[in-house]
Amino acid sequence: MRKAVVWGAIALLGTWALAMVALARGETVNAVWVVIAAVCTYLIAYRFYGRFIAKRVVGLDPARPTPAHMRTDGLDFVATDRPVLFGHHFAAIAGAGPLVGPVLAAQMGYLPGMLWILAGVVFAGAVQDFVILFVSMRREGRSLGELVRLEMGTAAGVIALFGTFLIMVIILAVLALIVVKALANSPWGLFTVAATVPLALLMGGYSRWVRPGRIGEVSLLGMVGLLLAIMFGRTVADSAALAPWFTVSAVQLCWILVGYGAIASLLPVWLLLAPRDYLSTFLKIGAILALAVGIVIVAPPLRMPAVTQFVHGGGPVWSGSLFPFLFITIACGAVSGFHALIASGTTPKLIANERDALFIGYGAMLAESMVAIMALIGASVIDPGVYFAMNSPAAVVGTDPASAARAVSAMGFAVTPATIAAVAHDVGEQTVISRAGGAPTLAVGMAQIFSQVIGGKALMAFWYHFAILFEALFILTAVDAGTRACRFMLQDLIGLAVPSFRNATGIVPALVGTGLCVSAWGFILYQGVTDPLGGVNTLWPLFGISNQMLAAIALTLATVVLLRMKRQRYAWVTILPTAWLLVCTLTAGLLKLVSSDPKVGFLAHAARIDAAIARGEVLAPARSMADMRAIVWNDRVDAGLTVLFVAVVVAMVLFGLRAGLGALRADRPTVHELPGQAVGA
Amino acid sequence: MLRDMLAIVTAASRLMVGQSSYRAYCDHMAAHHPDAPVMDERAFFRSRQEARYGGRGGGRCC
Repeated sequence: MRKAVVWGAIALLGTWALAMVALARGETVNAVWVVIAAVCTYLIAYRFYGRFIAKRVVGLDPARPTPAHMRTDGLDFVATDRPVLFGHHFAAIAGAGPLVGPVLAAQMGYLPGMLWILAGVVFAGAVQDFVILFVSMRREGRSLGELVRLEMGTAAGVIALFGTFLIMVIILAVLALIVVKALANSPWGLFTVAATVPLALLMGGYSRWVRPGRIGEVSLLGMVGLLLAIMFGRTVADSAALAPWFTVSAVQLCWILVGYGAIASLLPVWLLLAPRDYLSTFLKIGAILALAVGIVIVAPPLRMPAVTQFVHGGGPVWSGSLFPFLFITIACGAVSGFHALIASGTTPKLIANERDALFIGYGAMLAESMVAIMALIGASVIDPGVYFAMNSPAAVVGTDPASAARAVSAMGFAVTPATIAAVAHDVGEQTVISRAGGAPTLAVGMAQIFSQVIGGKALMAFWYHFAILFEALFILTAVDAGTRACRFMLQDLIGLAVPSFRNATGIVPALVGTGLCVSAWGFILYQGVTDPLGGVNTLWPLFGISNQMLAAIALTLATVVLLRMKRQRYAWVTILPTAWLLVCTLTAGLLKLVSSDPKVGFLAHAARIDAAIARGEVLAPARSMADMRAIVWNDRVDAGLTVLFVAVVVAMVLFGLRAGLGALRADRPTVHELPGQAVGA
Repeated sequence: MLRDMLAIVTAASRLMVGQSSYRAYCDHMAAHHPDAPVMDERAFFRSRQEARYGGRGGGRCC
């Protein structure tokens, strides 16, 4: 009885908060209402929908031994306490995705993004993470590719592996592009990020020879180094002698990153990758917690309108209308296919009891969704005029405050050149105009919130660079680790044809694998960096489509497993989100291919430029015929990638249908669960 | 209570970067393989580091 009252109160509070946010017209809404609405939604979703899935849909069995018990080895398979494992899983799934997507989506106002994040996580994202974790846990913690092969056949497994590899390449390119956008021509930012390399080398040496295993100690030393680097960064930026060294163009930065990615993925892991991982992981968790506390303390009003005119398309940050493009712009935070790789990675091998899978799979995704909500708040508390000046391509807003203020005011978001210049001055940058990619915008939002708690205006530049460093650091760590993972994936793929390639330690496969991976993402990154439309415009939708398609593949697998378990009564739990993701991604993919609007369709855009080339005209922002031809080539590559993604997902759905129908016809469960043999017993 | 929380935070922080519990490893070896050689803490640390970054899986999200 008392429980019913408590849950009733939570439901009422959540509804009230949602009404405050959604129905307030013409008056500003406080960010705290968004937080309350989100938290109440999560609590109710977890308590009712999550438990429903755990008990009825998949049927968690607390008495059934998990891989951590059946295959216990003290190394990879270890029964781990629930809160400890939650932290591990959350740190693995929370990355740049939930921070960037919502910031870009804010161009339609905060309401569409917020509603999608909440609905998406409850019915799609958390369901996917939880069910895949369950599926892997029942199969000795096998990876997504192996699970697909086990339940849907070898051909499906190979296609899934290939699709995952493509997605990895796109993700690496997009992540690197975000770093380039944030650090180009920003000596302060670049200095602090560059300083992490020698810092990590020192930390690596320390934890290799001086005090091995003392992660807390070495990370603390590293954090002190980072803070000093941020503070000294201002001196570098102000110094006429040093600043030019750290002022590099976007193209130069692109080459630096490509070289860096190649070297970092070949170096011994203890030297660079591991120590940087300590810094970025702890900084990430710390900054996320600090942002949560900051939002609650400062309780900033949302200055972005609830809904802008760009819901119908024509927005400067990314093209296309709300459906389907909002649903691919916000991937992580609502639903992210990439999590299926994590949920079938180390986590299932560490679960102590099947019962814990709900809290870890469903719960951690709700927490990640909260990160996305906070990023949306961060983008919505800054002046909308500044938001659009920062996120529109230079082709739209020009490069100086006067032209930017004119262009943005013409969109209907009144802003003066002085306001734009003042933001740049406050955060210690030359300019903030056309710094697309989400990271700088979020950094301005975070700097505003943090500086109201500690330091005021005087520390705003410090907080801005702190936020940039925090984002750049874990993106770069993802780039190193991702290049490495991508290389192993590629070696496995090539290994299907040339078995000697699977050898992870051979120098030739390592060099060839790394070279191919780095050139693949480097090629797309270069294309994004030199794209006159700003790159993010083109690449983010490609990333969103690929990530959501991976989610559709994972949910298809989940559906097949439910059908094989003879739980078709409940299969709608995974079929509904699969269908929604398919509708969104296939529509978006087809629009990207065949839309006649050159702002949306890759081929229409290529045709328009082609026609201009035939007339001998150079269309701005291209500056030469070579530029024009590069644009056409980029468009065609992007179109080719889109075709590949669509083909992969359609093939997977067909395999899923075949396996699912077969399972329905069978008169008993046909699932391939692995009971596992207890080792050492 | 406070000490328990601190232990959880420490263990979670270490696991976030791939370091599982050395004590759990020793307990496992003592219980299941009493005659097998046991890695010392330094070797265990390195083996976990290798497993997180050197091997397969990637283990991190966008």
